[in-house]
Amino acid sequence: MEFSVEMKYVLDSFWLLISGCLVMWMAAGFAMLEAGLVRTKNTTAILTKNITLYALACVAYYYVGYNLMYGSGNDFVGSGLMMSGTSADGHSLLSDFFFQVVFVATAASIVSGTVAERIKFWPFMGFTLVLTAVIYPIQGHWSWGGTSLGGMIDGFSDFAGSTIVHSVGGWAALAGVLLLGARKGKFGADGSIHPIPGSNLPLATLGTFVLWLGWFGFNGGSQLALGSKDDVDAVSAVIANTNIAACAGALAAMVMAQLLYKKVDLTMVLNGALSGLVAITAGPDYPSMNLAILIGAIGGLLVVFAIPMLDKLKIDDPVGALSVHLVNGIWGTLAVGIFNPDVALFAQIKGIVVIGAFTFFSSLAVWAVLKYTVGIRIAEEDEYNGVDVSEFGLHAYPEFVERQGA
Amino acid sequence: MKKIEAIIKPFKLDEVKQGLSEIGTVGMTVLEVKGFGHQKGHTELYRGAEYEVDFIPKTKIEIIVPDDKVASVLETIEQKAKTGKIGDGKIFVYDVAQTIRIRTGQTGNDAL
Repeated sequence: MEFSVEMKYVLDSFWLLISGCLVMWMAAGFAMLEAGLVRTKNTTAILTKNITLYALACVAYYYVGYNLMYGSGNDFVGSGLMMSGTSADGHSLLSDFFFQVVFVATAASIVSGTVAERIKFWPFMGFTLVLTAVIYPIQGHWSWGGTSLGGMIDGFSDFAGSTIVHSVGGWAALAGVLLLGARKGKFGADGSIHPIPGSNLPLATLGTFVLWLGWFGFNGGSQLALGSKDDVDAVSAVIANTNIAACAGALAAMVMAQLLYKKVDLTMVLNGALSGLVAITAGPDYPSMNLAILIGAIGGLLVVFAIPMLDKLKIDDPVGALSVHLVNGIWGTLAVGIFNPDVALFAQIKGIVVIGAFTFFSSLAVWAVLKYTVGIRIAEEDEYNGVDVSEFGLHAYPEFVERQGA
Repeated sequence: MKKIEAIIKPFKLDEVKQGLSEIGTVGMTVLEVKGFGHQKGHTELYRGAEYEVDFIPKTKIEIIVPDDKVASVLETIEQKAKTGKIGDGKIFVYDVAQTIRIRTGQTGNDAL
């Protein structure tokens, strides 16, 4: 088929823009999912964090991050502040920026779930600033920025960001939670584990479905083009595979929960669907749908085991972000090495280790600086009263204390 | 038989429940309440306007105990619910005229 160069430019840019809008919508998904899985006394806090981190991520990435990631610089880091110009590589530059910036916000929002219910707001924003302006862009410079860190991660393949976005968010969250500690009352002195149930399962479910829809942009848009038959065939495969991997993850978690716990746990099914999505993200283009089902299903199984395992390790993750994003970010990346004949497993492992180590240790350093200067955890009394009251002075559900009931 | 009502800080419920079970007291009724005593409320700001929050969430525990257990129950609740800070709560003790177990029809101390 013949296609004018301008039409390709238009369609490629269009696809980046629409996909970027869908990925932005994932911010709503995270907000609802997290709000549903925390207690009512901590809901305002998590909602505030979700909208402010999205806003900060976009601004920080505009001023600093985008050029650290895509600017020419050297193999380790790019350079330049604030892009200028309108076109790049056959599509609109700003459509490229918009598409990339929403990915950064996604990585940052993964952290908020793991540290929920006991993190201090302003230090959290401080960490988010460094993550979105510096840490994420630097590791992104090596992969999507094309430098391969001087050849160290040659051959590493991560289509839409199982490692580059999801694991990065996961490593940053893990570094934070190790320094932050568990919520009061979660782990008993005798080693017992006390569940702290989420307050609003409808919101958690809504959040999951919203993320699912947004993911079609997250993965579909990562083809970065729509202006040819090959591109649209690829995008179609990506979206069909993304959807079916989520389904497989949900079903696998459903069955596993029934077998292990004798009942289907909604929160496991929700996490299962998300795990399938994270798992397929590294390679949604090459598999058949059968293979996508397998990859997603394994993701669903992994999360059902990872969640209690983290509890046993005394790592308190209120929303399962580490089990979903870190564990399956790694699995999804490895899966490409296992199943895609064009990608070497060793290249994937190298990428996971290099990017993981960089992200984890730089995040740990930032969290440590914050902890030992301003402190990152709210006071014990404030944790009992709820972060909403102590940090924000705003109840999410005020009718119980303020009004008689209308 | 006495009815013991204790209004305590909500996060103390688990400790109190544990303490009571350790002295052999079985069963309780728990209510979510709001109230204030000397611990006044506070002022909040919502979209630029101030408002008073008078009521503070508390947890109320109700237990019926035989007379010979009253002293140990009171001591346990006091000990476990105390933080030393304002707002720790209060305990009230009432006489109970009659208790009946619905399933079996037992009355008095046998129904406890």
